[in-house]
Amino acid sequence: MKFAKTTLAALAAAVTLGVSVQAQAGATLDAITAKGFVQCGISDGLPGFSYADSKGQYVGMDVDVCRAVAAALFGDATKVKYTPLTAKERFTALQSGEVDMLSRNTTWTSSRDAAMGLNFAGVNYYDGQGFLVNKKLGVTSAKELDGAAVCIQAGTTTELNLADYFRANNMKYTPITYDKSDESAKALEAGRCDVLTSDQSQLYAQRIKLAKPDDYVVLPEVISKEPLGPAVRQGDADWFNIVKWTLFAMVNAEEMGVTMSNVEDLAKSSTNPDVRRLLGAEGEFGKDLKLPKDWAVQIVKQVGNYGESFDRNVGAGSELKIARGLNDLWNKGGLQYAPPVR
Amino acid sequence: MQTHTFKPDQPPPSMSVGVVAWLRSNLFSNWFNSLLTLFALYLIWLMVPPALQWSLFDANWVGTSRTDCTADGACWVFVKEHLAQFMYGFYPEQLRWRVDLTAWAAIIGAAPLFIPVMPRKALYGAAYLVIFPLLAFWLMYGGFGLDIVETSQWGGLMLTLVIAVVGISGAMPLGILLALGRRSDMPAIRVLCVTFIEFWRGVPLITVLFMSSVMLPFFLPEGMSFDKLLRALIGIILFQSAYMAEVVRGGLQAIPKGQYEAAAAVGLGYWRMMGLVILPQALKLVIPGIVNTFIALFKDTSLVIIIGLFDLFTIIHQATVNPEWLGFAVEGYVFAALVFWIFCFGMSRYSMHLERKLHTGHKR
Repeated sequence: MKFAKTTLAALAAAVTLGVSVQAQAGATLDAITAKGFVQCGISDGLPGFSYADSKGQYVGMDVDVCRAVAAALFGDATKVKYTPLTAKERFTALQSGEVDMLSRNTTWTSSRDAAMGLNFAGVNYYDGQGFLVNKKLGVTSAKELDGAAVCIQAGTTTELNLADYFRANNMKYTPITYDKSDESAKALEAGRCDVLTSDQSQLYAQRIKLAKPDDYVVLPEVISKEPLGPAVRQGDADWFNIVKWTLFAMVNAEEMGVTMSNVEDLAKSSTNPDVRRLLGAEGEFGKDLKLPKDWAVQIVKQVGNYGESFDRNVGAGSELKIARGLNDLWNKGGLQYAPPVR
Repeated sequence: MQTHTFKPDQPPPSMSVGVVAWLRSNLFSNWFNSLLTLFALYLIWLMVPPALQWSLFDANWVGTSRTDCTADGACWVFVKEHLAQFMYGFYPEQLRWRVDLTAWAAIIGAAPLFIPVMPRKALYGAAYLVIFPLLAFWLMYGGFGLDIVETSQWGGLMLTLVIAVVGISGAMPLGILLALGRRSDMPAIRVLCVTFIEFWRGVPLITVLFMSSVMLPFFLPEGMSFDKLLRALIGIILFQSAYMAEVVRGGLQAIPKGQYEAAAAVGLGYWRMMGLVILPQALKLVIPGIVNTFIALFKDTSLVIIIGLFDLFTIIHQATVNPEWLGFAVEGYVFAALVFWIFCFGMSRYSMHLERKLHTGHKR
């Protein structure tokens, strides 16, 4: 699988080099402004990140990034068209210009940044491989898993990470490999394995599928780094900036306590210079980014700040109930940190 | 005068008539068959009651959310709540009447073709084949006064049917032409057709779709992109026409040489010979093969998942990843299986009907 992925990536990259012409600066942004909407590549279905609700509307954390960019650019979060992409076609779709941005739980890695010609605009979710166990086991840390039977999904880097982790900690385990996530969830439920390993965001989704979700717990250890974020193709620095600062604006808004409900009041009455600069009451920071003055106001008003988006889609306010953990703000023990607007 | 009256017939031995006889001859004719019968009965007993228990007796039918699914059985509430989405995909709710109208137009428009005594059927059929696709495209896509609904919003059963119907009606004529071309006396045409057929038969459909979605954009100038559905449709038509060509060629080969010579003898040119004499017989012979290809095509539509189009199967999968409905994948897949089965079974029954209707004594 890994091999296939790299081959495919190399192939795609080779083709890009051969055929596509380097776009001029601003070309993507100009095209988006001209057509009046953002074409956003999302996943073909991932709980909490991008999926269609029962009314057929796309929702999720990754979708929120697309909506926020549209809100910043056009003042209207609905000016987005979505292209659901499979894991295989996502990069070509972006490289070929079929989509303007990719917001699709994609891990930021050096090869994607360099060889595939992408620019990652930041990290909207710090994911990592974790463990889901039955509470009955009485395990509170992954370090206590010596001798455990571990359910894994086949063909992912998960297997490698798992082997590395257990070897590094001098522990033994029995791997039990499954093809589909549904199967491995059932296996855990039936007691065929003691622990299920996958990316943490997936584990929370797996947990809901179990008959008694409350009997299971996700252990705090994260054994691999999977920073997920939106990406754009290289060649248009203005467009890259807009996506990047949209993400930063959401994080900054949470840090400053700017929320969906108070953003309009704060834009008029706040005396905090940081807030005033972010919301366009002071300075011309929107103009520098080639955005309207009230860009951040529109983002927060229509989509919410980072914390609101997180809670609504994957956090406490959703069925998934993922803890903030690494995705908490930097001053609350997490990793979400955005440079200041000034 | 002595009359001889026969005694009334004795009833046949009770073991040779009725249920018992049927059982004896069909299920318990020797020890091996008896064993198989018992084994089959055991399997049925093992599988059917739990399946019924799950899908009917213990199932949840009423409610609007996952919390209403309290019983142990299937949660059909999931399917019920998403039914509209399974049928229309992300087609805007207030415009769905246009899809319905298209479906009705298809059915009502095609109905006269099934009336045996209808006059000028060929003319009507030809007109239908020209007018309906335009009408359907206008209704479903929009333009000329209707709001445009982009194909990325099409989905569900509607998309499955669009792909299948366009695929079938595109592949059939192209396949016939290719089959004729492959048997042509003109070397250039023959080589062209053979190359085409062998090329498209030699690659898996999944590759065709993947290429159309992933590689094609690289060869187009940046920013220019074909509609994804259109690309998939063209890929499917080209792919299926190669198979169709070989099926039709099988029929052409079964027609005796005398038929060709007879047609030529009454002064028919090539196209009239083919259209009036050869093809009607050849196509009739290969109805099972043609329908086989259609059924395969219908089921292959699910492969468009690889290029991010949401056909019936994919849209069901999509609904199962909604956090509010996680864990009902089985119900969704059972529903998908049922819908696919209904359509495929329908096609197979219709083909049997056609075979009977067109049976004119060639069958041995």
